[in-house]
Amino acid sequence: FYKASCLSSFRMQELLKWNGWGYNDSKFIFNKKGQAEFTGKRYRLGGMVLPTFKEWIEKTFGASLEHKTTSRASLNVNDVPPSIVNEEFLQDLRATKISYSQDAEDRVFRAHGHCLHEIFVLREGMFKRIPDIVVWPVCHEDVVKIVELACKHNLCIIPFGGGTSVSSALECPEEEKRTIVSLDTSQMNRILWIDEKNLTACVEAGIVGQDLEKQLAESGFCTGHEPDSMEFSSLGGWVATRASGMKKNIYGNIEDLVIHIKMVTPRGIVEKNCQVPRMSTGPDIHHFIMGSEGTLGVVTEVTIKIRPVPEYQKYGSVVFPNFERGVACLREVAKQRCAPASIRLVDNAQFQFGHALKPQVASIFTSFLDGLKKFYITKFKGFDPNILCVATLLFEGDREKVLQHEKQVYDIATKFGGLAAGEDNGQRGYMLTFVIAYIRDLGLDYYVIGESFETSVPWDRVLDLCRNVKERIVRECKEKGVQFAPLSTCRVTQTYDAGACVYFYFAFNYRGISDPIHVYEQIERAAREEILANGGSLSHHHGVGKLRKRWMKESISDVGLGMLRSVKEYVDPNNIFGNKNLL
Amino acid sequence: FFSLFFLVSFCSIAVSHSFFICSQQKELTSKKRDEFEDILEERRLSSDLRYAMKCYTPVIYKGLSPCKPNAIKSAVLQSEQVQYVIKQLAKEMGESPDIIQEEAMEILDEMGHSMQLGAVRFFAFTLSKIFKQLFQRVCVNEEGMQRLQHAIQEHPVVLLPSHRSYVDFLMLSYLLYTYDLALPVIAAGIDFLGMKIVGELLRRAGAFFMRRSFGGNRLYWAVFSEYVKTMLRSGYAPIEFFLEGTRSRTAKTLTPKFGLLSIVMEPFLKREVFDTYLVPISISYERILEESLYAYELLGVPKPKESTSGLLKARRILSDNFGTIHIYVGQPVSLRTLASGRINRCPYNLVPRHLPQKPSEDIQEFVSDVAYKMELLQIENMVLSPWVLVAAILLQNLPAMDFELLIEKTLWLKGLTQTFGGFIEWPDNLCARKAVLSGLTLHANIARLVDGHVVLNDKGLEDGAVGEIVFKRALAILMCATYRNQLLNVFVRPSLVAVALQMTRSFRKEEVYSCFSFLRDVFSDEFIFFPGISLKDFEEGCFLLTKCDAIQTSQQEIYPTDKGSVIVSFLSAMFKPFVEGYQLIFRYLSKETKEAFTEKQLIPGVRNFVFQLLEKGNTQCYEALSSDMQKNALAALVQLGAVKKKKIVETLLWDPATKFLNSLAGCFCLPLPFGFQSFSQGFDKQREQSCLFLIEGLLCVLE
Repeated sequence: FYKASCLSSFRMQELLKWNGWGYNDSKFIFNKKGQAEFTGKRYRLGGMVLPTFKEWIEKTFGASLEHKTTSRASLNVNDVPPSIVNEEFLQDLRATKISYSQDAEDRVFRAHGHCLHEIFVLREGMFKRIPDIVVWPVCHEDVVKIVELACKHNLCIIPFGGGTSVSSALECPEEEKRTIVSLDTSQMNRILWIDEKNLTACVEAGIVGQDLEKQLAESGFCTGHEPDSMEFSSLGGWVATRASGMKKNIYGNIEDLVIHIKMVTPRGIVEKNCQVPRMSTGPDIHHFIMGSEGTLGVVTEVTIKIRPVPEYQKYGSVVFPNFERGVACLREVAKQRCAPASIRLVDNAQFQFGHALKPQVASIFTSFLDGLKKFYITKFKGFDPNILCVATLLFEGDREKVLQHEKQVYDIATKFGGLAAGEDNGQRGYMLTFVIAYIRDLGLDYYVIGESFETSVPWDRVLDLCRNVKERIVRECKEKGVQFAPLSTCRVTQTYDAGACVYFYFAFNYRGISDPIHVYEQIERAAREEILANGGSLSHHHGVGKLRKRWMKESISDVGLGMLRSVKEYVDPNNIFGNKNLL
Repeated sequence: FFSLFFLVSFCSIAVSHSFFICSQQKELTSKKRDEFEDILEERRLSSDLRYAMKCYTPVIYKGLSPCKPNAIKSAVLQSEQVQYVIKQLAKEMGESPDIIQEEAMEILDEMGHSMQLGAVRFFAFTLSKIFKQLFQRVCVNEEGMQRLQHAIQEHPVVLLPSHRSYVDFLMLSYLLYTYDLALPVIAAGIDFLGMKIVGELLRRAGAFFMRRSFGGNRLYWAVFSEYVKTMLRSGYAPIEFFLEGTRSRTAKTLTPKFGLLSIVMEPFLKREVFDTYLVPISISYERILEESLYAYELLGVPKPKESTSGLLKARRILSDNFGTIHIYVGQPVSLRTLASGRINRCPYNLVPRHLPQKPSEDIQEFVSDVAYKMELLQIENMVLSPWVLVAAILLQNLPAMDFELLIEKTLWLKGLTQTFGGFIEWPDNLCARKAVLSGLTLHANIARLVDGHVVLNDKGLEDGAVGEIVFKRALAILMCATYRNQLLNVFVRPSLVAVALQMTRSFRKEEVYSCFSFLRDVFSDEFIFFPGISLKDFEEGCFLLTKCDAIQTSQQEIYPTDKGSVIVSFLSAMFKPFVEGYQLIFRYLSKETKEAFTEKQLIPGVRNFVFQLLEKGNTQCYEALSSDMQKNALAALVQLGAVKKKKIVETLLWDPATKFLNSLAGCFCLPLPFGFQSFSQGFDKQREQSCLFLIEGLLCVLE
């Protein structure tokens, strides 16, 4: 869906929006005819007109093109908190020859992730606290030097990878009095070696997902790790948040992929003595690192499993008469352990959302075929277009095996009343994943705010959790005075033996509300409470950051929290890595 | 009573009496309350047959996928919950699961309802006939019905009516039919099945039957609770049951039973449904159909077993007049709102939800709180008729009372009741004389007007033996008390403050509160108190007494005002039968019983003891004869630790701790208050001191 461009350029932020998601040249706009259009050439959707999208927005949110809010056009440098860095440190830093910057734009760019409230601040306000200085180490040794200097001068380091955090993990603690150093890993982006015998590669942690895949592909390999943010997020970031990729059914999540991690901490360097598939040497120290969210040190080098690039890829989709049947089917697929690389089930609202992003069809023939399909499903098979839901599939591997696998999955789907609905629908479903973040920026221009959040849940509670959380959101919106019913939709996005990962989108029109962000946060919090009450987890892959800290104790118990704290106290007694995430 | 339906299907008289006391629609004094509609009015004007055959398309739960009663049964049988228990039992008993499954099927067949529109229409027709005969009006707050209609569509609904009569659930279903709402499925006692045809008819009208006790039977419990939960989860129909568990024979709200409530709360607590609405419903009768049956029963003359033939005898009831019924459908209460911030969700997250799990203490406490809250809401919304006031005054002025004085006092009590938040039905333009007179007319069997005096109707006084006189008198007093009792839960907080004021003979707030709190514990089964908020109840009592100028309070002290002594005396006299009755029961237990006893031994024992005292004229406390009071006192003693419960081979034994009981009996000696007489032969300073000492001692023990 994207055309790779090297994001490792020294000033990568020049390619990206300063106050929104993704590339400067890619965004949704309403063209002169009032039709929605996606700009740029980076995505397949680029330059296409989406004839039904405007109507969908109006219908779903009660939004109108006449009511527009606009972000400020550029950063007002005068608003930015001044950089306070002590001169002795600067001298020491210069001596190391590591590049750094105290420029306001550089610092603001690294002061946030992509939570709604952060973007809102960028558009309309200013952060109270931002990094005082940005440093760009180019290798492991540079990081060692920076951490040593930070210890010497008692500074606070906040590691920064791709900046795609959605857990307030990158926000600087307001009360931090020490100089805050943003340690940008983007210049540590080389593949150090590839070991074809063991199928591993050692990579510097700052490399961004798409670059990693592109460079490995040159040698005929891939990692197969594809989180939705992979265009921008970094390997080190994946490790630090326990990331999960779309194709984890084949390749595994980050904890399955990682063979070895090197991390620089105030206490020294932590690593293992060998690169083996498994070892029994007490609790795995990797598991202290994965999910540590930048509180212990900086991940500098990672040895990761690689696979030959698959020969064949095929999308697919299945329509189910209702969500219950769809979930039952996914459960059965998981039970038989025959899940394709990716299998997702979107609810009706999200199906309609995806539908609204259908580009203008090129020929009468395709539109005729579409009509025929619709007729078959709704009239002939009796599916209610307002209840049916869709599973999207992605198969990967040998051509022959893919076709075989495909048949197996479709056979199961048939037993649950599913009807194959074509490759195109499947592909569009996955596209939505990459462009949804751009849609939020469009929404923000028209008084619509929204966010996604996720959880994992045992199979037997999936339906109850989905229904209750969606209902809770609707009800909370009503209680908080939101005038139009919100978009509250979910998809079952990953399947496991014992449960599933569920992903929610939630957005509403905030016209008439004086403090939309506060209202939004209250509702999001209520939704999280609801998830926990329904037996869901605090997070499946977004992490905790500062946004979900308050629930850590109930999530892992007092003792569990104490265990993590004692690690932190040993590794970083002076709280050099003081981003205050997690604990 | 049940054979009434059959009788009526024979007699097709469409009587349309107009018994209206006043033809005013607006009749509630309290401004904030909803207004009532008489649903019988329409019935008297149009054809019952057409009404029974009307197009009935009820409002139902939005998420409902319609299914037949039998489909529910098989869903229950196949459910993980029931299958788990079946397998478990099969393993333990070494039986084949099929046999146990069969057993489960039998249980389901015994219990399950089979609601059919035909039966509903039959009831709609016959009940129209019967209700029009029996009652002048059936008044319903329409706003409540609208709220209910809304609730039924949104979430699963549980109807929690008060229980004073068999008419309750018939009337409620009738009401929902009239308003085109989904008919409830009703938890009924298995004893109804004893009545061959009626039982089956009720089953078709939506009743399902539960055994009275099935504590030990795991299969029964699993099947029953799953049956209820399946209907709730699917939103199949509103579920209706009585928190009180049985009809209150005294018209006083009974302490709640928790079993069914905890079952219907579980789907929400496990988040199988988003929310559940609990709807408290208060049904009050101007004259209770079973009033004399109840009085007999309380005096130990056993309740006739429900039988179809027994009904023919009840025929004469049809020619009697039972006044007006008021049904107040309360605001639906969201269980989710009640639970928010209270329930630790962990226990349900860490165990598969289909495993039978004993609720945690947290949850048990929560269920109990919800039960009490619902009953308190029932009480708050219970409509009180003027006759209730008359009965309360009459009982303090036996054997006869001047009619004019009665009228004056009734008006006075009306004001007081309203100050205390009582919900009195008293049309604006109705003068007190008329109100009292119409009450006397309706309740001619209890009291009548003779030579300007109102006397209790205990006919046959002259020609009987002493025992018979006492019995007749007790009957009349208990019947009369049934009406006064409707006031008690409204009055209990300020009244216990008043009683405490008199008992302690002190103005120190602390002491009065200690005594109040002690009384509240002793009467915890007699009246409805929300658990664990003694101080709040005390403050409310004080507040209400201050509001009616009966007392003044400072930081440290409480003292009655000059004008207030009338109120204080009246209030303590109102509760005197309970104080005295308990004292007699305690005395009996401490003096007359040496060994452990069963409930079957206790009740006749106390009854004889009190009976003898009454015959000798040593007490006037007829209400101590009531088996209800005796059972409540026993339960209180168990809670206070004065009596221990032992279980020996399926029989419950109670073991009295004599010393403790003695002191309790002592505590209960009421000092002679300002105006009224106490049975105890006097009260000396010394005794007062020891009484106080004991109360304090007791409080320490309790803490």
